[in-house]
Amino acid sequence: MNRIYLDNAATTSLSSEVLNEMMPYFTNIYGNASSLHSFGREARTALDTARERIAEGIGCEPSEIYFTSGATESNNWILNGIAKANRDKGNHIITSKIEHPSILRVCEKLEREGFRVTYLDVDKQGLIRIDQLLHNIDTETVLISLMSANNEIGTIQNLQAIANIAREKGVMFHTDATQAIGSVNINCRDMGIDALSLSGHKINGPKGVGALYIKKGVKISPFMLGGEQENNMRAGTSNLAGIVGLGKAVEVATRDIITNTKKIRQLRDYFICEVQKNIEMTYLNGHPVQRLPNNVSFSFGMVEGESLLMMLDASGIAVSTGSACSSGSLEKFYVLEAIKVPTDLAQGTIRFTLSKSTTKEELDYVVAELVKIVAKLRHISPISKSQVGKK
Amino acid sequence: MYNQKVMGIFNNPQNAGVLRGANGVGTASDIVCGDIIRIYLQIQNDKIIDAKFKTFGCVASITASEVLTEMVKNCNLDDVVNITDTNIINELDGLPAEKQHCAILAKNSLDEAILDYYKRLEKAQIAK
Repeated sequence: MNRIYLDNAATTSLSSEVLNEMMPYFTNIYGNASSLHSFGREARTALDTARERIAEGIGCEPSEIYFTSGATESNNWILNGIAKANRDKGNHIITSKIEHPSILRVCEKLEREGFRVTYLDVDKQGLIRIDQLLHNIDTETVLISLMSANNEIGTIQNLQAIANIAREKGVMFHTDATQAIGSVNINCRDMGIDALSLSGHKINGPKGVGALYIKKGVKISPFMLGGEQENNMRAGTSNLAGIVGLGKAVEVATRDIITNTKKIRQLRDYFICEVQKNIEMTYLNGHPVQRLPNNVSFSFGMVEGESLLMMLDASGIAVSTGSACSSGSLEKFYVLEAIKVPTDLAQGTIRFTLSKSTTKEELDYVVAELVKIVAKLRHISPISKSQVGKK
Repeated sequence: MYNQKVMGIFNNPQNAGVLRGANGVGTASDIVCGDIIRIYLQIQNDKIIDAKFKTFGCVASITASEVLTEMVKNCNLDDVVNITDTNIINELDGLPAEKQHCAILAKNSLDEAILDYYKRLEKAQIAK
């Protein structure tokens, strides 16, 4: 059976272009980038190239890029590091209710340590309200952290407007751009973004590597001690092959952004249209237009998501429910709850995320299978049509 | 996450759907996970002749409903009331820890269905 992968927001395949770039660093080039000899120097050169490529991709200086193990680490670092280093300046952080857990859990921890955190609401389409952001900034605010685009519902925030307000008010602005790189044009310098998290494996790069951009002059404490790597801010021998892969992945993603997004967006809109035409009581979550080109989040009335996912899986189709969380409770639907999706529909939510290699034929097969599976599950559902969306 | 037996049952449930002529129908919902199970029973002389279910829920809830409706067929109500969630889980060769509450949900909906049967009996007797 041919398998179809529509879970590219969870992770992506490693592109051959990236793998080719990485290969020598698994074999011939193995020096420690901190060593002074020629083996070390060639590793150092590779590290510098990767840094330059990422800086070019997101519009910043190479010296402002710090390599990490991924966006989760980058997010942990920026929150903890800014909070700790700026305590004399203030103890207030602004974020939103739909951030990734690697932001939310850290914020909750900081609250327990005495910080104040404001979690901004979002509207039904998943956008924060700029006026609400403005009203919540006070003299104690040291950081605004808002994701560029949401991983579950795909909504893209008005980054420029947020950055403008942060700059006007003199507050630092961090954005988690994990899902946005390669889909949304981001130039930190031009837009006035002070910090940004990104990850390799979401953009056809390797797993276990990411980066944090920190604008020069921002006061932040180190993430890990015990080595001079990453300008003494993140100790530990550099993950050379991973970093080389990350550099290439960012370069390719930002280089091909126009071609890829155009193609994927067309396929996505075709898919949305076909599903809604063929399956009644199907609701699209998130913003209709201002959304990631590869994201489709559908709520199917009368149907539960995990069962739908497992039946699609039996047909060779890989998707995700509301979030990749494995918790057995409804708490995992916090993003859908924030955009006011009724509980029963939140439970019947499936996320389809396309890639640049997704084809129309694949999507036609998915629609055909979906029609059958949703009908099968609705047939055994104790919820009636009139009850859909009432909970 | 789920064992082979569970997935086999999930992909081909035999007792899913409405049972025409059911004289005991019970529904239970789990307010934490959101799942809903409805059990239909056809009972004659305190013996379950046939059983079916309708479930809005995960793989565990659907398979727990399926095995429970299978377990109760041709059983006397006196025996059926002794069935526990553990019996259901054992029948499935186990469920993941975070999914075991689905067996309790299935058992609760069975209890509701039996209760409904007795209520109907009582009403019928009063009518006489």
